[in-house]
Amino acid sequence: MGSRKRIWIARDYIKCSGCRKCEIACSLFHEKKIWPEASRIRVFMLVPGAEVPHLCVQCEDYPCVKSCSMDALTISKKTGAVLVDEEKCNACGACIEACPGRVPHLHPVKKSILICDLCDGRPQCARVCQEGNWDALQTVTRSSWQIFKVHACKPEDITRELVNNLYGEAGEEYI
Amino acid sequence: MRGYAGKFLNIDLSNEKVEEIKFDENILQSYIGGRGLAARILWDRLGKTWETVDPFAPENVLTVLTGPLTGFFPGGRVCVSGKSPQSNGMVGSTVAGEFGIELKCAGYDGIIIRGKAPRPSYITIFESQVSIKDASHIWGKDGKHTLKILTQEGRSDLKESFPEYGDLKEPSVLYIGPAGENQTRIAGVMAKWTHAAGYGGYGGVMGSKNLKAVVAKGLGPLPEVEDIEKVSGLMKKADKKCYKSELFRSWGTGAGGYNYGAKTSSEPVRNWQEEWHDQKSFAVDKFEQRLWVKRYWCDFGCPTSCLKIAAPKTGEFKGSITDNPDYEMQAYLGPNLGIFTPEDCVYLASLIDDLGLCGIQAGNVLGFIAELYQRKIVNKEDLDGIRPKWGNSRAFAELAKKVATREGIGEILAEGSYRAALKLGKRKAMDLTIYSVHEKGMAIGAHGIRSGRDYPANISYACNVQAGDHTSLAFIPTEHENDELNTVLDDSGVYCSFNTFSTGIDLIWDFFEAVTGWKTLRQEWYETNGLRILNLQRAMLLLGGPDLKWKASADDENPARFNEPLPSGPYKGKTVNKKSFEESKREYYEAVGWDKNGLPKPKTLKRLGLQDVETKLKKAQIM
Repeated sequence: MGSRKRIWIARDYIKCSGCRKCEIACSLFHEKKIWPEASRIRVFMLVPGAEVPHLCVQCEDYPCVKSCSMDALTISKKTGAVLVDEEKCNACGACIEACPGRVPHLHPVKKSILICDLCDGRPQCARVCQEGNWDALQTVTRSSWQIFKVHACKPEDITRELVNNLYGEAGEEYI
Repeated sequence: MRGYAGKFLNIDLSNEKVEEIKFDENILQSYIGGRGLAARILWDRLGKTWETVDPFAPENVLTVLTGPLTGFFPGGRVCVSGKSPQSNGMVGSTVAGEFGIELKCAGYDGIIIRGKAPRPSYITIFESQVSIKDASHIWGKDGKHTLKILTQEGRSDLKESFPEYGDLKEPSVLYIGPAGENQTRIAGVMAKWTHAAGYGGYGGVMGSKNLKAVVAKGLGPLPEVEDIEKVSGLMKKADKKCYKSELFRSWGTGAGGYNYGAKTSSEPVRNWQEEWHDQKSFAVDKFEQRLWVKRYWCDFGCPTSCLKIAAPKTGEFKGSITDNPDYEMQAYLGPNLGIFTPEDCVYLASLIDDLGLCGIQAGNVLGFIAELYQRKIVNKEDLDGIRPKWGNSRAFAELAKKVATREGIGEILAEGSYRAALKLGKRKAMDLTIYSVHEKGMAIGAHGIRSGRDYPANISYACNVQAGDHTSLAFIPTEHENDELNTVLDDSGVYCSFNTFSTGIDLIWDFFEAVTGWKTLRQEWYETNGLRILNLQRAMLLLGGPDLKWKASADDENPARFNEPLPSGPYKGKTVNKKSFEESKREYYEAVGWDKNGLPKPKTLKRLGLQDVETKLKKAQIM
């Protein structure tokens, strides 16, 4: 598959209502349960109103994959998503440290790492977000010229920018 | 049991004892959760001595309960209850947010708290690790700063407790502001800056227990359900219906600030002296265009998104942040105070959030004192130099701060308008209770009944076991609909009743069956279970408390003001018809199994298995 056909989950944080339907959809799809902390996408709310749906951006250079000494992480040829081999993962946490956005996190029970797998090309989070006309998440074609790694940011850093945008100076007090 | 985590936390703050307890399946099947289960727990623990229990004494029991549908039916909430310092009965008071979800994911359906911590404290529940911690660094802090500190501390505590997990989402927090700490009767249990379990006054109960906050984080899934495929399908169905509710989604209840005044003439204006106004300056488009920084805001699983965030970025009230305000806040902190500019209303709503006051109760008592000032019954000397002229938001803000700290005139106003009327009336040697628009010690919601154009019926407040609570009112059931028991159900299954407007009752019962697997719930609810909860609440309300008791024969009445004719607007001259009110009251009593004096009939109590309630009411010489 050529990279032109690859998808990306575009995110518009200001539009996120905090309904967390993405977490519900993701965990139902992958876990057959409603399980917010086992969801590959998680909505952080460090300041009310500044909800941050946090998920993998598929960095061009895949630092998480490079950091894994167990060969537990591979890149899907079809989607470009990072795939986790649960058997190989020893939960060492190297990928968490390697990720500029600290996106990967541990499955609460399986003790292997969780990273968005783009639902094999049909992301459930973006689907439900679109169903609700929220438009915070959208599945788009991944362009070849854009550098997506810049979007890999920690929730607290994204929150700071959003709070500034939403509340102006008054918001600084609450970061 | 499906839909339940299966365990509850039983905490005694006096001796810092924490234990896990369980309820039998038949208890949960009968009382479901939230408000229903709270009625059972409170009756079991306090029923024998109910009338002597001071709601602010350590012996009062504070419950924070989820229900089986929390997290599944759209719109996550949690139900707070206890003996109410407002009605002296028991009120199910729900607040939106993720707290209930985190609690269930941590493995608990609810928390039952008694006693009083020796010093300001807060509770953390991280999975099954429960700690009672020192809160001296947050005691006295306003809502926004309290949440900031507890969120940041919670995150670092989680990192310490679960270092291998990476970054967990922040915990969810219920907290009180200064108004709760200082045990005002009109403080809410707060969440997410702007959300409040307001009715009942449980913020003050938390304060009386030296409990500043409860912080919860769970890593597990929501509990197992009977049929996850079915539940998931029902969620899709519910969402689809709610997404169609475009007006609600666009404006929430915000359109009310103009509509209820101009159209239905049922909005409190200047302490309910009028219920009509035609001020387009207060229409929702002004809020929307000038102040909303976020158009769609909501809580776990909600498709409706009736919340919006308002934050003036320029001008005198720059720095205020609140939601919408929703209709109740618009009305009570707007026209009820003679305020018709959105910025002033947002400023007051943001302050009320920060102080941890219930906006309805606070707006009601501020309107009450402003009317006394208008009538020159009180002057600025009585009010610590403050002149609460209609429309003066700064003066109302000063009074609100005094209420939250119980300073000066705040000591009296912190009691809510009815008790304030009694106390001030004594001082002034006159009856001031006619200026308090309350139902059994609790301010009523911002929906008047005189025009007959709004949704509450003539007996809705007068006969309500939740007193003034406009979200769950008394209605005469019809063959096909039981609006009252349906709202008791919402508060007991613990989910957002606003989403039920779109889904309808059939879908709710489908949820109950798919989640719990119990097949007879629906039938039993209307025949016995719902009525049992209603009768338990009625008994507790009639038993009353050390400072006030209600007699059904005298106090199942509307606020005195509703017997005055409307002085203005399209329904000028209309008032509550006394004769049809009495007729409706009789009909309602009959429907819920009470005698002509409003007392539960012995045969009703027997049928509901509440013989101990009969014994108690007889002993207290109520029956």
